[in-house]
Amino acid sequence: MRNTIVPIVIVVVTLAGLWYAAVVPMNIKTALTDAERGGAVVDPSGAKDRRNLSPFSLVAKNTFAIRQTFNQARPRLPAPHQILVELWNTTANKKITSKRSLVFHGWITLSATLLGFAIGTGLGIILAVGIVYNRAMDMSVMPWAIASQTIPILAIAPMIIVVLNSIGIQGLLPKAIISAYLSFFPVVVGMVKGLRSPDPMQLDLLKTYNSNSVQGFWKLRLPSSIPYLFASLKIGIAASLVGAIVGELPTGAIRGLGARLLAGSYYGQTVQIWSALLAAACLAATLVAIIGLLQRITLKRMGML
Amino acid sequence: MSAVILAMIIWPLAWWINIRLANSSASNTRRIKLLVPAIFGLTLLAVWELLVRGLEVPLVILPPPSMIFDTFCQKLPILWKDFVQTFVKGALSGYAIGCLAAFFTALMVDRFDFLRRGLLPVGNFLAALPIIGTAPILVMWFGFDWHSKSAVVVLMVFFPMLVNTVSGLGETTSMQRDLMQTYAAGSWQAFAKLRLPAAMPFIFNGLKISTTLALIGAIVAEFFGSPTVGMGFRISASIGQLALDMVWAEIVVAAFAGSAFYSAVVIIEKGITFWHPSQRG
Repeated sequence: MRNTIVPIVIVVVTLAGLWYAAVVPMNIKTALTDAERGGAVVDPSGAKDRRNLSPFSLVAKNTFAIRQTFNQARPRLPAPHQILVELWNTTANKKITSKRSLVFHGWITLSATLLGFAIGTGLGIILAVGIVYNRAMDMSVMPWAIASQTIPILAIAPMIIVVLNSIGIQGLLPKAIISAYLSFFPVVVGMVKGLRSPDPMQLDLLKTYNSNSVQGFWKLRLPSSIPYLFASLKIGIAASLVGAIVGELPTGAIRGLGARLLAGSYYGQTVQIWSALLAAACLAATLVAIIGLLQRITLKRMGML
Repeated sequence: MSAVILAMIIWPLAWWINIRLANSSASNTRRIKLLVPAIFGLTLLAVWELLVRGLEVPLVILPPPSMIFDTFCQKLPILWKDFVQTFVKGALSGYAIGCLAAFFTALMVDRFDFLRRGLLPVGNFLAALPIIGTAPILVMWFGFDWHSKSAVVVLMVFFPMLVNTVSGLGETTSMQRDLMQTYAAGSWQAFAKLRLPAAMPFIFNGLKISTTLALIGAIVAEFFGSPTVGMGFRISASIGQLALDMVWAEIVVAAFAGSAFYSAVVIIEKGITFWHPSQRG
C-alpha cells in the first residue's frame, strides 16, 4: 500500500504545482489591466500594447502582479484554492435547497443518472438474455448493437430533450432516457459475452444432471456472467453521468451540473465552471467506486475472487 | 391507416423470415449472416416510415426516413463542410495528437517504475471522469474555431489510450524477455522486436475506443460555442429551428463517419496484428 500512496501523492502534488505555475502566465494580462486601472505603474502601459507580448516576459517585467493572478474574480485559469473555496461555499455554506447550492444541482444530475442507469441496465440485461436464447434475435440485433458503439450516440441527446419537451415530457425523464441509452449498449455487449462464457464442458455437465434451460440459466449462465456484468456497469455508469450532463445543456441552463457548466461559460464565471467540473468528477469517481465495491463484495460472496 | 396496417404486417413477416433464416441449415454461411441483420435494419426503416406517415406524426417530432434521405441528398454541400470542420479539422487532429502524446507518455511510464505507481492510478481515475465537461473551459482558451474542439478531443482520448498502452507494454512474459536476453538484445531491440509488437493488440484496443470518443468530443464541444459551421453547431442550430430532418441528416453523417473511422482502424489492426489469435480465427 505504501508503495503506491507515496508516488501518487508526489504526482498529485507535482500536478498541483504545475497548475499554480501555469496560473501566473495565464492570468497575467487581465491582472495587469486591473492593476493599471487601480493606478499601478505597468510596463509597458496600455492593454493594447501588451496584447501581443508573451505572457512570460510580462510576468518578468511586472513581478508585483503575480499575487493578483491568484485572486481574480474571473480568471482564465483559476488557482486550485479558488476552486476549492468556491466548492466549499456552494456545498457546505449554502442550504441544499438553494439554487446556488452545488448539492442541489448535483442531486438533479445524480437522480437522472441513476434512473437512466437503472432503466438502461435493466433493458440491457433483458435484451442480452433474449439474444443468448433466441438465435434469430442474436443474428438480427447483435451486429447493430456492436455497430452502434462506433456511433457518437451522444450527438442525438439535444434532439431527444427538445422532442420530448415538445410532446410535454419534461424534467427528469428525458435526461434519464439519454443516460439509459448510453448505458444500454455496453451492458448488452458485456452481458451477452458473460452469458456465453460457460464452456461446453460445464453446459454438458448440467445436461448430465438433467437440468432444464431455466435451471441452466439461474445456476450456471447468470452466475458466470456476473464479472462481465460489473465490468459493463462501470463503463455504463460513467456513460450515464456524461449523458445526464450533456442532456442538461440544450434546455438552456436551468438546473443540474451541466446547466452550471453552460451558465458559467455564458457569463465567463470560470470558477463556477471548474467547481461544477470538480463536483461532476467527484460524483463519477464515487459512482464508479461504489460499483467497484459492490463488485468485490458480490464476487467474494460468490467465491470468484 | 392502411400504412399502419401494412407496417403491422411487414414486421411479423420479416421477423418470421429471419427466424427461418437463422434456424435454417445454412445459417452459418457468410451470406445469411449479413442478410439477417440487413433484413432487420430495413424492416425497422420501413416500419418507421409507414408508422410516421400512417399516424401522421408531426415533422417536429419524428421525420420519416425518406425525408431524411431527401434532406441528406439536397444539403450535401453543407453536410460536407460540417464534416470537414468537425471531423477532419477537429476530431482527426485531436485524435492524432492525443494518441501520440499518450503513447509517448506510456513509454515514460513504462520506463520509470515511479511513474507507473504514481501516474497510472491518477490516469485510471481521470479516464472515468466526464472529461467532456472541460469543453467550456477549452472553448474559452482556444477560441471558437476547431482548435478548441481538437483540444477537447486530445483530453478525451489521452487517458484511455495511456491506460491501454501501458497495460500492453507489460504484456510480455519473463520467459520471452529472457529469450531476448539470451539473444543479447539491447533494451531498444527488445522493445522494438518483442514488447512493442506484443503491446499492439492493446494499443489498437485503445485506438478503437478513442475513435468514438474523438467524434463525441468534437461534436459536443461545439455545443459550447463554434463558428457557424460544424456538425455540433448544425445539430443545435437546426433543433432551434425545429428542422429535425437536418438534425437526422447530421446524425447519419456522424454515424457513417464514426463507423468508417472505426473500420479504418480495424483494417490497420488486421494488417499489423495478423499474428494474434483473435485475428487468425
